[in-house]
Amino acid sequence: MQKGDDKNVSTFTRQAIEEKIPPKEILESGLIGGMNVVGEKFKAHEIFLPDVLLAAKAMSAGMSLLEPFFIKGGMPTMGKVVIGTVQGDLHDIGKNLVSVMLTGAGFEVIDLGTNVPPERFIEIAKKENAPVIGMSALLTTTMPVMRSVVELLKQEGLSGRIKIIIGGAPVSEEFAQQIGADAYGYDSTNAVESVKKLIEKA
Amino acid sequence: MREIIQISIEDVKPARDDVLKAQGVPFDNEPSEKVQTLLKRTMDLFIEFSQPVGMFSEISIPEFEIIYRGEGLNEKNTPLDEIYRKADGLFLFAVTIGQNVSEKIAGLFKTNEFALGSMLDSFASLGADKVADSVEIHLFNLLSKKGKISPSKGISRYSPGYCGWHMSGQRRLFEFLHPEEIGISLLDSFLMKPLKSVSGVMVVGGKQIFDFEDSYPFCRQCETRTCRDRIETLLRESRTNNKKGAV
Repeated sequence: MQKGDDKNVSTFTRQAIEEKIPPKEILESGLIGGMNVVGEKFKAHEIFLPDVLLAAKAMSAGMSLLEPFFIKGGMPTMGKVVIGTVQGDLHDIGKNLVSVMLTGAGFEVIDLGTNVPPERFIEIAKKENAPVIGMSALLTTTMPVMRSVVELLKQEGLSGRIKIIIGGAPVSEEFAQQIGADAYGYDSTNAVESVKKLIEKA
Repeated sequence: MREIIQISIEDVKPARDDVLKAQGVPFDNEPSEKVQTLLKRTMDLFIEFSQPVGMFSEISIPEFEIIYRGEGLNEKNTPLDEIYRKADGLFLFAVTIGQNVSEKIAGLFKTNEFALGSMLDSFASLGADKVADSVEIHLFNLLSKKGKISPSKGISRYSPGYCGWHMSGQRRLFEFLHPEEIGISLLDSFLMKPLKSVSGVMVVGGKQIFDFEDSYPFCRQCETRTCRDRIETLLRESRTNNKKGAV
């Protein structure tokens, strides 16, 4: 996986299945475990974004082989995260990268895409019983939408129950504090770490 | 003066090092064989899906004043506010690398080709800037032929959403320029579709007019600071020309 070799990841996953290793163990120790190593190497600047994304593709190749074993109860996850780019903004590369990294870390990501209205974030988080909403913005003009989501969450009495993490080029820790978001992710790996902390607290 | 320019893909191919930098790969790091293959595959996709095109239209200073004022949301003091009043010529411009690239990027992410999608996104962003560079060069050559620009003069470009010029300035810019003619539309949020497009004003004038201190309040939030390199390049050219003149 660290070499981004999807064919080998598929071969080894198939081999593990044939050897009757429990699918949950293959997933957690093999695929997510491997991706955690990749994440650590990325954080230590030993490897870079293209390597991480090649590894993520390799992981998804293994995951697709495991999916049939989890049809009944669903794939075991670290938790659900509803993610999207805020209303008025169509930039999605940063959001996509966070989504890939969260999936690699074992979270179930519900990606709402771009141009997402505040109400939609909350509606889906409630419907899916997701403890975290992740929002991305690349424009200073669309950052205020993040505040709207935080306020709407307060109005519905869901603050604390549903945590909010924000990110994007113009967004800062200071802005996150100002609007009352629970966390700020300065890059995709940091976002994953922050989400893990939010879920632990939940 | 108004023109639509079809641009060769050869002229807008991003440099390998620029793509790697955009992907967060340090300059001194030799990419793995896999990443090198990825670069090659992405370049092939970029060539296949890009449709670079640009346009410009001359505008007077009083006309531009109306466009620049826009919806009245600009920062109080901006470098452009100082610069355009001293210009010898102003040209609104819009360029795009096309919608097909954006659709391809989205498709790659959907099929778990994350690395290709992310790298093509970097190619497309850098490519769109290179389309703007091509239009700028084309304009310079055109003005040179007409004797309207001398070596002591230069061109620098500015876009809504940067350097204190509020994004809402796009509305009036679009009303004047009509970038729809080259397939660019403006969304309610003032974003352009295709996303990998650039619009703004090209200012023609004496190179010294483009120099400014990056001490405006909004400069603190700016992470790119590409203005520094551009100003330095323009002023360096100016110094070289002055020296040649002295000899």
